[in-house]
Amino acid sequence: MGRYTLRRLLQMIPVFIGSTFLIFFMVYALGDPVAALFGDKAPDPATAARIRKDLYLDEPLWRQYAHYMGQIFSGHFGTAFNGQPVTELMASAFPVTLRLTLVAVAFEMALGITLGVLSGLRRGRGLDTSVLLLTLVVVSVPTFVSGTVLQYLFGVRWGWASPSVSPEAPLTELLLPGVVLGLVSLAYTSRLTRTSIVENARADYVRTAVAKGLPRHRIVTRHLLRNSLIPVVTFIGTDIGALMGGAIVTERIFNIHGVGYQLYQGILRQNSPTVVGFVTILVIVFLLANLLVDLLYAVLDPRIRYA
Amino acid sequence: MPEPFDPRYDMTEAIAPAGGGGGGGGGGGPVDPAASGPQALKGGSILNGGPPRGPWRLPLPWRKEPGRRLGGPAAPTGRGLWTDAWHDLRRNPIFIVSALIILFLVVIAIWPQLIASGNPYHGDLAKAQDGPAPGHPFGYDLQGRDVYTRTVYGARASITVGICATLGAALLGSALGGLAGYFGGWWDALLSRIADVFFGIPILLGGLVFLSVVTSGSVWPVVGFIVLLGWPQISRIARGSVVTVKEHDYVQAARVLGASSGRTLLRHIAPNAVAPVIVVATIALGTYISLEATLSFLGVGLKPPTVSWGIDISSAAAQIRNAPHMLLWPAGALSITVLAFIMLGDAVRDALDPKLR
Amino acid sequence: MRRGVPYSLRARHSVPAVVLIITTATTVTACGGGDGGSDAGVIRSSWGDPPNPLEPANTNDVQGGKVLDMIFRGLKRYDPRTGEAKDALAERIDSSDQRNYTITLKKGRRFANGEKVTAASFVNAWNYGARIDHKQRNAYFFEYIEGYDKVHPASGGAPTAKTLSGLRVRDDRTFTVRLTQKFSTWPKTLGYNAYAPLPRAFFANHAGWLRKPIGNGPYQVRSYAKGSVMKLRAWDGYVGPDKARNKGVDLRVYTDSNTAYTDLQAGNLDLVDDVPAQQLKFVHSDLGNRYINQPAGIIQTLTFPMYDRTWSGPAKAKVRRGISMAINRAQITERIFQGTRTPATDWTSPVLRRQGGYEPGLCGDACRYDPVRARKLIKAGGGLPGGRMTITYNADTGSHKDWVDAVCNSVNTVLRNDRACVGKPVGTFADYRNKMAGKKMTGPFRAGWQMDYPLIQNFLQPLYYTGASSNDGHFSDTGFDRLVNQANAASADGRAIAGFRDAEKILAEQMPAIPLWYQNGSAGYSRRLSEVALNQFSVPVYAQIRVG
Repeated sequence: MGRYTLRRLLQMIPVFIGSTFLIFFMVYALGDPVAALFGDKAPDPATAARIRKDLYLDEPLWRQYAHYMGQIFSGHFGTAFNGQPVTELMASAFPVTLRLTLVAVAFEMALGITLGVLSGLRRGRGLDTSVLLLTLVVVSVPTFVSGTVLQYLFGVRWGWASPSVSPEAPLTELLLPGVVLGLVSLAYTSRLTRTSIVENARADYVRTAVAKGLPRHRIVTRHLLRNSLIPVVTFIGTDIGALMGGAIVTERIFNIHGVGYQLYQGILRQNSPTVVGFVTILVIVFLLANLLVDLLYAVLDPRIRYA
Repeated sequence: MPEPFDPRYDMTEAIAPAGGGGGGGGGGGPVDPAASGPQALKGGSILNGGPPRGPWRLPLPWRKEPGRRLGGPAAPTGRGLWTDAWHDLRRNPIFIVSALIILFLVVIAIWPQLIASGNPYHGDLAKAQDGPAPGHPFGYDLQGRDVYTRTVYGARASITVGICATLGAALLGSALGGLAGYFGGWWDALLSRIADVFFGIPILLGGLVFLSVVTSGSVWPVVGFIVLLGWPQISRIARGSVVTVKEHDYVQAARVLGASSGRTLLRHIAPNAVAPVIVVATIALGTYISLEATLSFLGVGLKPPTVSWGIDISSAAAQIRNAPHMLLWPAGALSITVLAFIMLGDAVRDALDPKLR
Repeated sequence: MRRGVPYSLRARHSVPAVVLIITTATTVTACGGGDGGSDAGVIRSSWGDPPNPLEPANTNDVQGGKVLDMIFRGLKRYDPRTGEAKDALAERIDSSDQRNYTITLKKGRRFANGEKVTAASFVNAWNYGARIDHKQRNAYFFEYIEGYDKVHPASGGAPTAKTLSGLRVRDDRTFTVRLTQKFSTWPKTLGYNAYAPLPRAFFANHAGWLRKPIGNGPYQVRSYAKGSVMKLRAWDGYVGPDKARNKGVDLRVYTDSNTAYTDLQAGNLDLVDDVPAQQLKFVHSDLGNRYINQPAGIIQTLTFPMYDRTWSGPAKAKVRRGISMAINRAQITERIFQGTRTPATDWTSPVLRRQGGYEPGLCGDACRYDPVRARKLIKAGGGLPGGRMTITYNADTGSHKDWVDAVCNSVNTVLRNDRACVGKPVGTFADYRNKMAGKKMTGPFRAGWQMDYPLIQNFLQPLYYTGASSNDGHFSDTGFDRLVNQANAASADGRAIAGFRDAEKILAEQMPAIPLWYQNGSAGYSRRLSEVALNQFSVPVYAQIRVG
């Protein structure tokens, strides 16, 4: 397993180079960012030319990329257009988003697996139908609506929570946004768990356990659930990255200055240092999350082994 | 969902007819000790019921291998599983209901004027956001257009995007994920890392780069883009599922007995690994329909004046406080669509699950 | 087929551990949050993250301008109520020929760090702003000062001079300015942020200054966390008529004005200076009379690509006019904007007031909704080019889609064709600007103009003068240019304004841009505040707000 992990970690190098170039190229393909810096006014050509020169935008793509990579290896990730270093943006955005993602993942895991198990065990009953309905609502009602409605109810009507998150973003303030963020994933995890439970409830080892007279909750948690978790864990592995980079709507609603927001701004302003920097970190997060998931497979199902 | 699967698999089956239903029929016995060893060590003997497994299995070999049961006089052995699934499906009321709903949606998508006589584009701003009125049961939207007519006309774009993007992402994702999971090693490394890079592309950036160059007003660029972004997730799910299933005894047995990789994958692994993919794909269908709206909202999706549920839902979302009825109907239509596909997915999954027979 | 699970496995009770998780999750959610904390006497106000560094000559957006207006005072200041350019730090500005100006400063004015505001504070700041090496976005404001072409060569290359030759320091309180041409209303432009004085600290420790700007206005910066909050406190040492009546302002960055509005409702915020359109329906029940909706110096137009042959020429002037008459402005401003826009009838803004050049109705019939005549005119002009038109807008800022769809709907209804006019979104503002700069617009596009200073000149010259910086439709008319030149050279205010008005009438004839509506500034505030008002730039006049 150690060698396997090492090999996976080494794979990060080509992925890092590939994804930085891809993203760099994509931002480049968006076109010239300078005009937008001047707001609704056409830029003064001389100033615009000077800004382009300073940002290496007048060079061919490969030289821009080489220059950018050179900067990165000397520890400099470039600056956003408002003059803030990208490393500073990352240092402020990633911890907040990480906390938000943790809340969302904890929520979707705890509630999703619980609901999935219960509805899987009581297939076709009331709870199962409720979970189905919840899935439908969550999928068809946009996050914007569920977010603003919950924000209004909790923040304004009942006054239980602050509608917006303060810049420090302590965990307690992130609970509501985390729940909103995790809602769609909740649909996935609960239905994945349910299906797995339904499939595995008829597996032989469960019958064995039943035949042996083991207590019911022990059968469910130790035997049935453990073997049913692989698809759920896989999904959550893919979801962590999506939640971290794609929480744009939730972050907007609750005024969280996290990764989604910075990335969104960076893309709209076509600032390649910001976009490439953030996406690169996100890709590394995917890689680590997927590695973790793969290692978890072996824990959840001992038949799976890595050379 | 099942219809497109069927011919494909049937065809491959025909190419590789060897082996009969032998599969993993008696598989439990020979392979078990190898697999149960670490189990017993790891979590104690009760944990997974390692040792008792063998004896438990042997008397019930048919549980794991439907081919054996069907291998009787009725059906030719090669196509048993899928014919049998179809046989089951036809009698499943859930399948019939969901199929009828989907049929209805498809008919509406093709001929919306069958049930809506109005004009989805024409708006009377004086009636903006008004509630239901005679002849306009669902009220009016922000532009004073009839919500009912727009909901009916929106089916075409949304159903096309939803079904095609889901099918595309599911097929591509499960093919690549299945290969990665089954062969492992370099295949896995290459395919999974490509998926990781694709994961990293932000929707907004990808949309702006790939879709803003498109000038045609058709839905296909949007479908293609959603497939491009959607396959990595399904591929991860499929891979995880295949990685688990391929360690099962009956698969090991099939390999030991010399079944080809293609045959093992399609006949033994696919039916048992497909459930999570179906679950994710059916929910993704709904999110893809919404994703189309996000793209349109960003100015890179469907070109105006195309009508779609997603576009109407996202414009209604901003007005949720002023006119909730604007959201209710297109979102309701989306819910029903997703419901139909979830039911269909469930039915297909049940039909494919040999343990339920 | 049997479904379900073996009997013994059916859940009769929920798994206790799981229930525990759910209950803790919900209870913990319930007690999150806080009141957002407020200091006594301090206003908590919404803010947007300024896109550029906060240097005066580098700030061209409302959010950055908001701060500069609090921490700086220039030679002139626009009266928040009337928009009149009044002397602030200038004691007097003299000129005998509308080209050479002598500026004398008031005595005893200081920066917040104790440094005296001298003539050099202005001259150094302007030299800094003009020089190309500093890449200031507002450098072009200094283009009328002699020597600009030397410090800011049009080629973008290295400057041949370090300072503007047109600026001379006479003594501590006096300096002279020589312009490249006659410009009678030039002193009135001096209220713009770009002309603010700068302390020596700005040049000596530039990075430090950017982290915590030092100015000479009624407020000083206490702390600035980029991207989240700026805390400003009243500066006791400020001498001037507009000393702060409150203890300070906390500017909090919001990425969505809806959130700010919700925070205002929840009591976490005191002042929101942009009430989102979708909240307007309930604003009176939410806020009572604590809601302001008043004209601001912003006009929205549909500009035509006059470089595109299918849209230019005298025949198409009829089509442009017809399209203008096909837009039901009154209905759109009421239904889409809930009355926060006013149908436009000229190309300026009501904030100029009549004495400043605003003339309602100057556009005449062309800005009046008249479906029958609109249809006739469009037909007479040969119809829409190719039978269709698109309205291009950028999708990433503001919600332009709603009104563009409404305008197209209006046109389509008039033309009795559902697909004659459709919106055409462009993904990013940068792309949108590049399409304009590259002359790639194929039909009318949205254009919004927020004035830099409340002068009629600012609504006309930058937008419609041949080759002007924001003439995005590339309109060019020798008659218009001549009238603008004459107006600029006029010796008296009244004659200058009349001249600009004459120029504006040419726009009414040719309709290179359809005036849509004047945009209002809107604000909502909490019960803690009183005497809240917006200036013509739709920025709250913070110094005069009282707390408690």
